Amino acid sequence: MPFLDAIRLALSTIRAQKLKSFFTLLGVTIGVMFLIAVVSIVEGMSRYMENDLVGKLLAVNSFELRKNPNINIGDVDESVWMSYRKRRRIMEDDVASVVAVLPPGTRWAMNSEDNLNVESRYSRPRSAHVFAVGGEYLAIKKLGVERGRVFSQQELERGDNVIIIGQDLQERLFPGVDPVGRELKMGGLPYTVIGIGDKQGSTFGVSFDNYVIAPYKAPVHRLLNRRPRVIDAVIVQATDKVILADASERVRAVMRARHKLHPAQPDDFSLETPESALAFFNKIKQYMVLAGVALPALGLVVGAIVIMNIMLVAVAERTREIGVRKALGARSRDILTQFLIESATLSTVGALLGIALGFVLAWVVTEVTPMPASVAPWSIIVGVLVGAGTGVVSGVYPASRAARLDPIAALRQE
Amino acid sequence: MSAVTELPAEIAMSSATERGAVTAAVGQAPASEWIIVTRGIKRNYDMGGEVVRALRGVDIAVKRNEYVAIMGPSGSGKSTLMNMIGCLDTPNEGEYWLNGQQVSRMSDDELARVRNKEIGFVFQTFNLLPRASALANVELPLVYAGVPAAERKARAMEALTRVQLGSRVHHKPNELSGGQRQRVAIARALVNRPSILLADEPTGNLDSTTSEEIMRVFEELATQGQTVIMVTHEPDIASHARRVVVLKDGVVSSDERKEQFVERIAQGGKAH
Repeated sequence: MPFLDAIRLALSTIRAQKLKSFFTLLGVTIGVMFLIAVVSIVEGMSRYMENDLVGKLLAVNSFELRKNPNINIGDVDESVWMSYRKRRRIMEDDVASVVAVLPPGTRWAMNSEDNLNVESRYSRPRSAHVFAVGGEYLAIKKLGVERGRVFSQQELERGDNVIIIGQDLQERLFPGVDPVGRELKMGGLPYTVIGIGDKQGSTFGVSFDNYVIAPYKAPVHRLLNRRPRVIDAVIVQATDKVILADASERVRAVMRARHKLHPAQPDDFSLETPESALAFFNKIKQYMVLAGVALPALGLVVGAIVIMNIMLVAVAERTREIGVRKALGARSRDILTQFLIESATLSTVGALLGIALGFVLAWVVTEVTPMPASVAPWSIIVGVLVGAGTGVVSGVYPASRAARLDPIAALRQE
Repeated sequence: MSAVTELPAEIAMSSATERGAVTAAVGQAPASEWIIVTRGIKRNYDMGGEVVRALRGVDIAVKRNEYVAIMGPSGSGKSTLMNMIGCLDTPNEGEYWLNGQQVSRMSDDELARVRNKEIGFVFQTFNLLPRASALANVELPLVYAGVPAAERKARAMEALTRVQLGSRVHHKPNELSGGQRQRVAIARALVNRPSILLADEPTGNLDSTTSEEIMRVFEELATQGQTVIMVTHEPDIASHARRVVVLKDGVVSSDERKEQFVERIAQGGKAH
């Protein structure tokens, strides 16, 4: 029996018995729905972690030399914190040594950062995230200005009192006025705003646009680290991963030498990459995907049992039809295929329904919770395959019973 | 009472000696004019430890274009014989040659193919698929024969037209009368141009007027050269055939021309 005829036959069976088919499909539908929804939510979260959270903090193909990792997601326990505390700080003097060993095809920056109170004549003092940066910081962070200009080489080298501010800070410190060319005060010293940075957006409700960026040598850097000559990070970016790995090894060697570490001692500094920051999240993601597969699997098992039951009833009800088909020349194989396709079609329809509902569920989650969701195209294909597979598996036994029926006995049945 | 038409002279009727010679030639393929030859067919059933001998050695030979009724009381083995002839079952012993092929030793798949190509079934209860249209029902044997959809439809239409149902092809069985349903079943039986039309009590579920109508269809098909085998327990219906084989206790008890059979009944003889 041709494939399409069998599918058409199965669909007409579903149409003829709408309510019964609905209950039959419920298990598969729910299973596939949760599969799609969970995978979508996990996918959405992971895209969010990669692009928004870590992507905004750490640039592509870059690492940051820090005392401790900046982003700590997950399993950092007390002993790790203790070891972090004992570490030596990164000093201004380290920068020159690090920069000296960098291979061609890399660029570097340095920075210190902290929250400080910032004052202007147009508003009360506000807290802002203040960065003192050197090297090619703006280029590495892909930070441009929406208005005004960026630092000149001389301003950076001299440490002039010039700053670039974020758009949220602009709105709060300079309501209704153009801040470019105006002054604000940090630690009692005046700084001239020369540019307004591009909008960075926010993560978990924390704005990335509430910042002040000053040249490293500007006086404000002394307010960012209480100990003199201490810096927060050296950032190295390479044109590709191979150069980055090379740069990372060279920086590690030079820092270990400067800290006089024995070969047996672990690093007492951190070289943080987007991958290392995401390592723990990726581990969580594995568990979530596992749960996202295990829970729908339960629904699918129930769905498979229901379909098998319904197919057994169908075989019993249609014994005479099977007899007629065999009398007219259907081989056992034809009957087997017919019932397998019927059960596969049935559960694929259930799966399609589940995919649609999964979309809806993912959309609802995005709308009513802060969790983002994004439907992965592969999950649709997996959903359909899982649906059809469930149908085939649950149809095997009923279909083989149908195929084995003796035509004479089947024809005699009332 | 029965609308017996005069036998056209050219319709072949084998003589008893001819038939005897064919059924005696064990192991040999019969000549091509013999569409059905059985040689000593035996069929036993194991009914819970007790062996029921439904057929005890049946020898039948039917030529192409014959119109044969098989009669017998219940328990005579006529249903079993019909299942054998229809290739739904195989004998425990003996040979069955259908259209030159020995069916008695075939596998299930081969039997399915033979049923599809060589046999057109007409059942007492019509056995149409209830959810399918008349056309789809008639197409069914062609589906299993692997005929492409367009040709299937054309041939099914042709078969339905042949039984005067060309105007009701899209009706479902429950929208048709009993006689019309049986004609759909006949169209389905004919659509794959089978060697034999095998009818099992084709009028058993029909009133006498409709029965006559169906018998006229059979008569017409037989006149056109279709080999027809009809199993019935009604002498009236059997007397439409040109030859009547009576089965009793699993063996052939009489095998006579329709005229002899009708005369015997008229003289008060028992049909079986």
